[in-house]
Amino acid sequence: MIYFDNVSKHYNDTSRALHEVTLSIAPGEFVSIVGHSGAGKTTLLKLLLVEEGPTEGAVYFHSTDIHRLRRRHLVEYRQKIGTVFQDFRLLPNRTAYENIAFAMEAAGRSDEEIAGDVPYVLELVDLTDKMWNFPHELSGGERQRVAIARAIVNQPDLIIADEPTGNLDPINTYEIVQILKKINDLGTTVVLTTHNKGVIDSLGRRVITMDSGRVVRDDASGKYVL
Amino acid sequence: MLLTTFRRVVKTGFVNFWRNGFVSVSSVVVMTITLFVLGCLIFLNAMLTASLEALKDKVDVNVYFTTDTPEEKILALRDTLTALPEVKEAVYTSREEALVRFEERHKDDAIELQALKELGDNPLRASLAVKATDPSHYEAINTFLKSDPATLSADGASVVAHVNWNDNKMAIERLGQFIDGIQLFGLAVSIVLVSASVLIVFNTIRIAIYVSREEISVMRLVGATDLYIRGPFVFEGMMCGFIAALITLVSYYPLTLWLGPATQRFFGSVNVFTYYTGHFGQIFLTIMVVGMFLGGFSSFLAVKKYLRA
Repeated sequence: MIYFDNVSKHYNDTSRALHEVTLSIAPGEFVSIVGHSGAGKTTLLKLLLVEEGPTEGAVYFHSTDIHRLRRRHLVEYRQKIGTVFQDFRLLPNRTAYENIAFAMEAAGRSDEEIAGDVPYVLELVDLTDKMWNFPHELSGGERQRVAIARAIVNQPDLIIADEPTGNLDPINTYEIVQILKKINDLGTTVVLTTHNKGVIDSLGRRVITMDSGRVVRDDASGKYVL
Repeated sequence: MLLTTFRRVVKTGFVNFWRNGFVSVSSVVVMTITLFVLGCLIFLNAMLTASLEALKDKVDVNVYFTTDTPEEKILALRDTLTALPEVKEAVYTSREEALVRFEERHKDDAIELQALKELGDNPLRASLAVKATDPSHYEAINTFLKSDPATLSADGASVVAHVNWNDNKMAIERLGQFIDGIQLFGLAVSIVLVSASVLIVFNTIRIAIYVSREEISVMRLVGATDLYIRGPFVFEGMMCGFIAALITLVSYYPLTLWLGPATQRFFGSVNVFTYYTGHFGQIFLTIMVVGMFLGGFSSFLAVKKYLRA
């Protein structure tokens, strides 16, 4: 499904964020990427989201080189991916409902679909009673659940979660991981980056370990080893 | 689909305008000031043009004819002059009319009237009061009167006895320079003021959208098209322009009403209130179109910066 073909990313001559990374992710996998700060995890995700381009190599999504996509196709590609970030990245002036509805509107869904699906995903993340609250009226865990609801509402092929539990307490962390597992069990591929040893160990899924821009370990059912 | 997108863009624009309360209000205030300045320039320009026109209208040259020139000759010359593009009008005053006016003017001056009576015959000349379309054309008219065959009598002598152009030449030329100077100065001041206001509006909206830059990047990440991201911002900008234009237009009513008599005294012929009500359609359209365009276009440019993938 996803294939990094010998990808390097250099910001300048001395700063090498990724160095000759080759890896593939199959549909339905739950892959965790671990590593110290500066190991290249976020750069890897940015390349996958086409927020940045590679210096060398190519990234394929279903055999399409995503960095050669035209702008219109890039929009369609991004609609197939749900993203969750450490800082939530919700639209501050919109309610929980409107934040999720926005992703559906952007994908060109009808008003009827929106009216049906948004309450459904809010129920999935257990936020029905906070539907009309603005992000600043929600706790960190609740905001992250809104972000997850937004990420899954368009039934994406892939969920990218960049340290989604970084700002959360252990209970909220546990809940978020459970939701991500549930999404994966329903068939969606999940790529997760994290610093949290507990999360990795409890998942018992594939773990890719990065260091200084290189992939140093790739274990099918790994533990957090640094 | 396009209709749905349009409806959503408009709705989001409205909601954003309402929820971004403080930012929206400050954008409207800045735009109101800009449009107000623009409107004042329109008024000032109209007042200035009208009073300069009135001033120009007061200038004319009088052509006096020899007393033996037949009236038909003068009327023919009047028609020739009126046909010239430089000439706005030429008014004929016959010798008899000139006499009546002289007597009227000096009715309390017994000595003058006595002197006239002693001459016996009417000594006054018939004349044409010629007005040019522009003060700079008097020179050409004067040359025409000196050299054109139409001014010659049957025996080849000129029927023109005197043209008072030479007496007024200096004053007319000065007036021309003065009018040109005032208009140039007005244009320069307008350009500076309008550019400054446009830049201020542009910067205000840019700052307002800078606040939303994170939001724009999130919209991009969830796969929104450029149109869908930009639309609400542009609509919001146009709404700011629309409201600012309404405030400006409404505030001009009491203001011009109050300033009307003063402007009439200062500029002579024109009352700013009469001008405003008389040209309301044009002023409404100008202020409204400029306001909405300025708001929409500034937003369009400001968002563009954050849309680059």
